[in-house]
Amino acid sequence: MKSKNFLYSQKVAPYVFVLPFILSFVVFWIYPLITAFTMSFQDIGAIKSEWIGFANYTKLLKDKVFLIAVSNSAKYMFFTLVLLIPFPMLFAVLMDSNIVKAKGVWKAILYMPALTSVVISGTLFRLMFTEYKTGQMNLITQALGLGTYKWLKNGWSGMLALLVLACWRWTGVNMLYFLSGLKAIDTSLYEAADIDGADAKQKFWYVTLPLMKPTTIYVLTISVYAGLSMFLESFMLWAGNSSPNNIGLTIVGYLYKRGIEKNNMGYACAVGVVLLIVALIINFTQLILNGTFKKEE
Amino acid sequence: MAANSHKDLSHTPKHIALTILGTGFFVVLCGLIAFPVLAGLLASFRPGTELIRRGLSIDLNPKTMTLANYKYLFGGNVDSRKYFMWYKNSLVITIVSVVLTLLVCYFVAYGLTMYDFALKNFLFTLVLATMMVPFEILMLPMYKEIIKLGLIDTYTGVIITGLCSASTIFFFRQYLSGLPRDLLSAARIDGANEYAISVSIILPIAKPAFASMGILTAMGSWNAILWPLLVLKGAEKFTLPIGLNTLLTPYGNNYDVLIAGSMFGILPIFIIFLLFQKYIIDGMTAGAVKG
Repeated sequence: MKSKNFLYSQKVAPYVFVLPFILSFVVFWIYPLITAFTMSFQDIGAIKSEWIGFANYTKLLKDKVFLIAVSNSAKYMFFTLVLLIPFPMLFAVLMDSNIVKAKGVWKAILYMPALTSVVISGTLFRLMFTEYKTGQMNLITQALGLGTYKWLKNGWSGMLALLVLACWRWTGVNMLYFLSGLKAIDTSLYEAADIDGADAKQKFWYVTLPLMKPTTIYVLTISVYAGLSMFLESFMLWAGNSSPNNIGLTIVGYLYKRGIEKNNMGYACAVGVVLLIVALIINFTQLILNGTFKKEE
Repeated sequence: MAANSHKDLSHTPKHIALTILGTGFFVVLCGLIAFPVLAGLLASFRPGTELIRRGLSIDLNPKTMTLANYKYLFGGNVDSRKYFMWYKNSLVITIVSVVLTLLVCYFVAYGLTMYDFALKNFLFTLVLATMMVPFEILMLPMYKEIIKLGLIDTYTGVIITGLCSASTIFFFRQYLSGLPRDLLSAARIDGANEYAISVSIILPIAKPAFASMGILTAMGSWNAILWPLLVLKGAEKFTLPIGLNTLLTPYGNNYDVLIAGSMFGILPIFIIFLLFQKYIIDGMTAGAVKG
């Protein structure tokens, strides 16, 4: 009876409530995270593992395939930031204005790609980017008199296919993020701007844009992570983890290839640690530049 | 542009022209966005072999359209039985994931919101910290861990690692922190214990939060690929995305099942989305406003 009272006290109850998180945090976060670091300094064998110091990392820096993967992921991340922040923001501003009718329909359609499994969308895009002359991309180039092109066999066009897929999937989602950011802006600020004689362009630059900063930082943060750790899009577009000359290979793709396909876990974990460090550096730089850590005045 | 709500301007020719342009823009954009899925839907009414030879060709000629792929998919043959086994597996995993994730995350968020205790802020910082590390980095050690725990090739192994979802806890916390704590004091005076309060008083109030997070969790679970791909080994345990992925052979001998099965696989999530659209947008954008 006493122990029951103890468990039911207001002092103990919160710890009972958060217990699942503490367990999950230790078992499925802290432990694998530490293991990822320790494994990256080991040669993981089937029976026993050996400590090999920084050997995985020194090998990694000279690994040409890894450098291709890093360059692909970096390019992909950069272009998704360029394409998937300003345009969805402008679309959200337009959607929020009074010159668009039937908004619910457009929002629903723009969100549909996010509901579709990458297995399905990747397959559909692979068919559209096929080298045969009936693929949609080749129908366009043929109509322009340029003939057909092997889209998924060349570096720049492979990246283009990945970016088109990314834009297709995330334009609507990011637009909805910005739309909710716009809804949070106090309309009296626009009225004040009207009184001061601001035109639509000025209102966008001096009211909308600064007040959308929290939303923009949020979208930027998730886009940096999503861009750097992209894998499945490439996996589905090339129907597997190998693309000609590794044009579609990403950092996580390489981690998967080394760890799962080649069963070289130590080396793969070194890839993961590099990814983590790069992701954290980019994100913290971005957050510092945006003044997120400054004390609010 | 955003707040141009002068009623008196709304019927001027200039405004009408702008409305046509503005709405027209979204018509075109949505046309582009809808195209791949519509093309896939059309292709599902065409022989699978044509898909490999001709890609997603848009051919509206009804004479070449056929229900054969769907007849085959629902035909009770070997492929059909396999497909619906994957479908059922995905349903089971999705339903169990949603129920458990919501309960776990609700109670964790409840503890982090409704009480003041020593580790509160520290624990919430840890919740946020888990969001800063991409899952892909933890994937390999977690895979080894699941093998060691004997959970490889089990649904438990697929589900258990994602139960404490940081974003779900975050959303519940935001929702719960908007509720007055007087609710708790009143219930305590009535003699209810801490756990009974969380279940019978606060949980019913948090229903909209459950709806939002339930749908997002269901979508994530239904479409999950990477982790189930690692954990599930036997074809009889595959989920729908993993199963469909195995049909992607270079020979394309299964494209009839693949294309019809893909289209039928989008269906449950599309239906849920259309029914609960409002909750999805609320849940998804919760983190984006306050940052």
